[in-house]
Amino acid sequence: MTAESLFTAPISLGGDDVMVRAEGVVKKFGHNVVLRDISLEVKRGEVMCLIGPSGSGKSTFLRCINHLEVLSGGRLSVEGRLIGYREKNGVLFEMKPNEAAAQRRDIGMVFQRFNLFPHMTALENVIEAPIQVKKMPKAQAIERGKVLLDRVGLGDKFDSYPAHLSGGQQQRVAIARALAMEPSLMLFDEPTSALDPELVGEVLDVMKELAKSGMTMIVVTHEMGFAREVADTLVFMDAGVVVETGEPKAVLANPQHNRTKAFLSKVL
Amino acid sequence: MATKPSTQKASGANSAPSGSRLAPPIKAVKLRHPFRWIVAGVIVLYFAAFVWDAAVNRPVYDWAAYGKYIFDKRISEAALVTLELTVWSMAIAIVLGIVLAVMRLSPNPVFQGVSWFYLWVFRGTPVYVQLVFWGLIAAIYPTFTLGIPFGPQWISVAAADVPVFWIAVVGLGLNEAAYMAEVVRAGILSVDSGQSEAARALGMSWFQSMRRVIIPQSMRIIIPPTGNEVISMLKTTSLVAAVPFSLDLYMRARDIAGPIFKPIPLLMVASSWYLLFTSILMVGQYYLEKRYARGTGFERMKASVESTEEIAT
Ligand SMILES: Nc1ncnc2c1ncn2[C@@H]1O[C@H](COP(=O)(O)OP(=O)(O)OP(=O)(O)O)[C@@H](O)[C@H]1O
Ligand SMILES: [Mg+2]
Repeated sequence: MTAESLFTAPISLGGDDVMVRAEGVVKKFGHNVVLRDISLEVKRGEVMCLIGPSGSGKSTFLRCINHLEVLSGGRLSVEGRLIGYREKNGVLFEMKPNEAAAQRRDIGMVFQRFNLFPHMTALENVIEAPIQVKKMPKAQAIERGKVLLDRVGLGDKFDSYPAHLSGGQQQRVAIARALAMEPSLMLFDEPTSALDPELVGEVLDVMKELAKSGMTMIVVTHEMGFAREVADTLVFMDAGVVVETGEPKAVLANPQHNRTKAFLSKVL
Repeated sequence: MATKPSTQKASGANSAPSGSRLAPPIKAVKLRHPFRWIVAGVIVLYFAAFVWDAAVNRPVYDWAAYGKYIFDKRISEAALVTLELTVWSMAIAIVLGIVLAVMRLSPNPVFQGVSWFYLWVFRGTPVYVQLVFWGLIAAIYPTFTLGIPFGPQWISVAAADVPVFWIAVVGLGLNEAAYMAEVVRAGILSVDSGQSEAARALGMSWFQSMRRVIIPQSMRIIIPPTGNEVISMLKTTSLVAAVPFSLDLYMRARDIAGPIFKPIPLLMVASSWYLLFTSILMVGQYYLEKRYARGTGFERMKASVESTEEIAT
């Protein structure tokens, strides 16, 4: 395993080139309808940025893709496999917890507040899931973990506990931890929102490199510069619906909908 | 601010500008605390008077008898029995407490209900009454049978055949489990929900995330009160007379004191042993707490002390 290949997204096994397909996704919390009707597609290798006002359901949608939330309606599939259900003769069967866990292995997630395991060092954070979940031999996991931490610029921080790292460093460890599972899809939920302004760049740099390597990414962000520069598609969400989708430069320069215009005028 | 320059590089460490000289250490007259010295002096004086008085003027303490029985074989054996009672009943309490806590937090309403009912009964009645009850168990349930109701039966034990020691252990352990369940539950709830989410997002199963992520972090919260529970249990074992079980430290000391009419020195003997054990437990608790403070503020403090030392050298 070379350093190069660790940053390379798995090659398509042929067939459908759609990585994520959402069809009429609905999510309710009690009577509160958070996602009304989300339909979108993310192609393999595509970077999609998701923007929208607070409370519009961006985080909820990401969590649905990862089955951290259960859908209330619609269909959601990743790499052609339904999330959370098995389909047999047109009937849906709820997945057992271990099947759902197996599905999550291939989907990496990076959180706004890092959520590193505070009782483990940076390296231990990165090797934990490969050893526990993938049953990878420890020596191999360590070797790969070091390469990954090196790639995110933390080659000298293997033995540091999260409490001793800056926010930007912690978020880069979190990215390495997600990549250690060799996901085919990475979800980022406002990865730089909890960071001091001067630390945002170092995390975005890592994400840019990841995008360049061909990783499929869905990024919820307020960093319009990143969206403009890196994203293939920009999606504007409001009140649980997709209002506008398009090429980032076009959407940012010339939004078609009033709600998009109103939102962009506030953040730009 | 449409675009943010994202070209800053992470600097490895925030290194201080080199070549800058540190200001010289502060020289000042230390603040004096005369009042502290006076209070300490008075306390020491009174305490010394108390000790001298106890040693010389109070024959009823009978220090000769104390010296004779402190290492009496019967006493040290009874002390060992007390330790065994503590260890076994705490083992039951911790295992059952974890099970009850996890049941209480599980999404399954049947488990929640069972756990709630258990706590209601065992915390709602005095441990002394429970121990008396366990002592009478043979009168209510002459045999314990393991099997399927109205079906095959695998093991059957006559209650009268169960050694009194184990009845005492079960009585103490089942009572303590209710308290341990609350300690464990508080510990698990103290861990940020983002932790279990991160573990799940990595594909870990519920059990893996509990064992590797949630429980280790909750230990920091669970251990201090558990230490207290162990120390409290060590002392609660003196209630096993209710079962009745009479080979523990307190009952043994009383049984020895009876015929020789020396209750006070033997109470002192028993107290000395209890104090010895609780002291050892407190030391153990200190090291356990330190062990589970990894990656928290405590660690950080230590590191910053070390780094200032580095600067100093
Ligand atoms: N577990 C939950 N239970 C009930 N309501 C929830 C839950 N999670 C989210 N919500 C609600 O769903 C709505 C959308 O939340 P979500 O976090 O998806 O928004 P968001 O677009 O990510 O906003 P932000 O930019 O503030 O992160 C909010 O009104 C929130 O109150
Ligand atoms: Mg959000």
